[in-house]
Amino acid sequence: MTAILLPEPESAVVARREAIVKDLVAILGHASVIGDEDGRLAYETDAFTAYRCMPLAVVLPDTTEGVAQVLAYCHRNGIKVIPRGAGTSLCGGALPAEDAIVIGVSRMNKVLEVDTSARFARVETGITNLAISAAVGPAGFFYAPDPSSQLACTLAGNIAMNSGGAHCLKYGVTTNNVLGVKMVTIDGTVIEIGGAHLDADGYDIMALIVGSEGQLGIVTEATVRILPLAEGARPMLIGFESTAKASICVSRIIASGIVPVAIEFMDRPAIEVCEAFAKAGYPLDVDALLIVEVEGSEEEIADRLGYIAGIAQELGPSSLVISADDAQSAKIWKGRKSAFGAIGRKADYLCMDGTIPLSQLTYVLEEISNICKRYGLGVANVFHAGDGNLHPLIMYDANDARQAERAEQAGADVLRLCVAAGGCLTGEHGVGIEKRDLMRVQFSDVDLAQQMRIKTLFDPQWLLNPAKVFPLDGRPVLAPRASDPAIAAE
Amino acid sequence: MTDILRPAADWELKSMLAQLGAQNMAVEIVGAGSKRGIGHPVQAAGLLTTASLRGITLYEPTELVMSARAGTPVSQIEVELASRGQMLPFEPLDYGVALAAPQGMQTIGAVFATNNSGSRRISVGSARDHLIGLRGVNGRAEIFKSGGRVMKNVTGYDVARALTGSWGTLAVMTEVTFKVAPLPDDIATLVYTGLPEDLAVEMMSLAMGTPYEVSGTVHLTPKHAARIATAPIGGRATSITALRIENFMKSVRYRKGRLMEALKAYGQPMELDLEASLGFWGEMRRLVPVTFSDDILWRVSTSPRKAAELVATLRRHMPVEATYDWSGGLVWIEIPDCADAGAADIRRAVAIAGGHATLIRAREAVRREVEVFQPQAPALEKLSRGLKEVFDPQGLLNPGRMYQTM
Repeated sequence: MTAILLPEPESAVVARREAIVKDLVAILGHASVIGDEDGRLAYETDAFTAYRCMPLAVVLPDTTEGVAQVLAYCHRNGIKVIPRGAGTSLCGGALPAEDAIVIGVSRMNKVLEVDTSARFARVETGITNLAISAAVGPAGFFYAPDPSSQLACTLAGNIAMNSGGAHCLKYGVTTNNVLGVKMVTIDGTVIEIGGAHLDADGYDIMALIVGSEGQLGIVTEATVRILPLAEGARPMLIGFESTAKASICVSRIIASGIVPVAIEFMDRPAIEVCEAFAKAGYPLDVDALLIVEVEGSEEEIADRLGYIAGIAQELGPSSLVISADDAQSAKIWKGRKSAFGAIGRKADYLCMDGTIPLSQLTYVLEEISNICKRYGLGVANVFHAGDGNLHPLIMYDANDARQAERAEQAGADVLRLCVAAGGCLTGEHGVGIEKRDLMRVQFSDVDLAQQMRIKTLFDPQWLLNPAKVFPLDGRPVLAPRASDPAIAAE
Repeated sequence: MTDILRPAADWELKSMLAQLGAQNMAVEIVGAGSKRGIGHPVQAAGLLTTASLRGITLYEPTELVMSARAGTPVSQIEVELASRGQMLPFEPLDYGVALAAPQGMQTIGAVFATNNSGSRRISVGSARDHLIGLRGVNGRAEIFKSGGRVMKNVTGYDVARALTGSWGTLAVMTEVTFKVAPLPDDIATLVYTGLPEDLAVEMMSLAMGTPYEVSGTVHLTPKHAARIATAPIGGRATSITALRIENFMKSVRYRKGRLMEALKAYGQPMELDLEASLGFWGEMRRLVPVTFSDDILWRVSTSPRKAAELVATLRRHMPVEATYDWSGGLVWIEIPDCADAGAADIRRAVAIAGGHATLIRAREAVRREVEVFQPQAPALEKLSRGLKEVFDPQGLLNPGRMYQTM
């Protein structure tokens, strides 16, 4: 696929590759620099695998100081930088460039401090999301945001993308769970914002850093909020003959005054694939399945699930199953969390991530189905219904270039639909390169210019992850490559 | 310019700011003006209020979302929410009692512009955590939007959230969109009396570490506790420590019992029922413990672990009354009037404990001289200054309100 344009690499930088690698080795030592082709190959893409590019070099510093030294070096020499966590971005957020150095934080994965009385953990950001919960779990705590990739993805990536997850309906997303950061700016300055206290002082710069897709700096340490584990949690499965009924059910649950920890939605194609994979007991004869989870003591759970079942019964569900035990609960969640992987074994897919107002759910799902039909492609839907964050998986054959192109076009149409319905392009995956050229669908030039001024404030030369987030034309720095039709026309 | 500017629409605000810009004339930005007494007095000839930008523009109870124009009074918003069994979960404070300013006037825009959150912040997050979108006009007289009306949105930089707590110095909000939450069916409060501060903070932290979703934890030293009127705890001369549990009725009963059991080493608490709980936490929201007087009032944000120690350190230099909220993460510190408002000692203590201090109440002459907001480290100050330039390069909006030279 070549639909998304990337900037022309600076040939002068690429030509100096050998010397640059030597410099990096002098700064960090051999053990932290990957300069050979085989080594770099492992970093040529992220989870948005349709796009690949060999980076100039890869460095894996062990310390904040190491990151600072490399950034200062890149700043002095005008070399671009691609920050990288575990490379699980679904939008090409960690896609390298030929003239850029990848700085990976994966070796900085220590837990530095856990304070259960003040309820925070201070960690290096190369730690995986799940490892934070594992570290505080024995003390009865957990770290709330739970993206599906939590086994692999790093906190650094979660911070860059403001990651969410199934349980953020109750606990919020990354930005609501980070108390403080230590960040290195492009000139190698180390700044600290916030800390073990609840609200940082001054302007809310942390709000800009979380979700800035590695464009404002590299966060090497973070203080995150940890929460006491609930006494218990249990999901129930509610199957409906139509998505319309399922969506009414979601609205009624929320309107009734209950905010479950999660309300997940799957349509028929998704149910079939996930059930085949996880054997979770999903009903196979329904068009829409809700997984609704509540927390509390046994009695509280029974009470709340009973109440929710009452709401569902009024709508005449095709099936209604309350998880019998922890083993079944685990299977139910295994099915949901492995949905992308399970569908990926069947077909290549593009995973969309638009969010819509819940009231538009039925209409939007119908339209998504129509759009995909128009392009002759299959679609499966698995998403966070409680917060309207959709994940249509548009299936295609990656070996068929024309089909791949149609999939991208269908994806763009789906996202335009989400914005038109009052929603947004991306709820938790980020813009990256994938949605970069759609930003004008959601934002005016004034909105984008204001955001880009913030980028310029932190990174005047636009060296940090530059090809992402903002459309290439209309930038203060970094012109699109000459083959860009907009330029060719001039 | 002596007239008060009252824009009633985005475009009108835009043209006003364009004109001010052309004349290079700074302006003080207010909602209802109930928090004008906080911060440095603004150095501006003109005054602009969002009070005419009024009205709820979107309310979807089934999506837990509301949009309102910035000048809409919070009281109006809460009435509307209550009619559908919902609330502002972060329970913004009313500073009227503490500042001898009008009560019940605060606008929703000001709530977000000052990131104003009350006791429930400890469990559900702050105002900034609930803001999901806004429209506004920046100091360049540009109308912009950020975020939207959906709960999850990572499209572009989170400019909306970055404007929370900026006290009108970066942009003027015209419309805000925020998350709301269902009202709890039942509330109970456990009140422990006579605990010393360190034990109280320890107990509150312990309570927050249980799975019972405690949604409010405060400790009041005796003088502050004496200002509480709600029976049966009103008018006592001992310290009080209160823990709030909110949920459906069966759950509240169950959790109350479990919590008392977990905290039995700290004594036998009094129990407040729903009505008394509403009374007490209502008084907390109105900052009754720090009712207006000549005393200086500081708001200190620190790690709960350090809170009691910080106050003890200060007591070596001055008499201190304190109200601890957020299980000790927020301390309202009241000290007798003095020349520098105690800034030197308080800033030193905060520097050791970590966190930050804001001067909330002092004579205007004092607020003119003392740094009201926490002075920042040089690298961070440079970014703050840069951010001000990004949004308001001419320095038209609330100059000097947060930092004297910004």
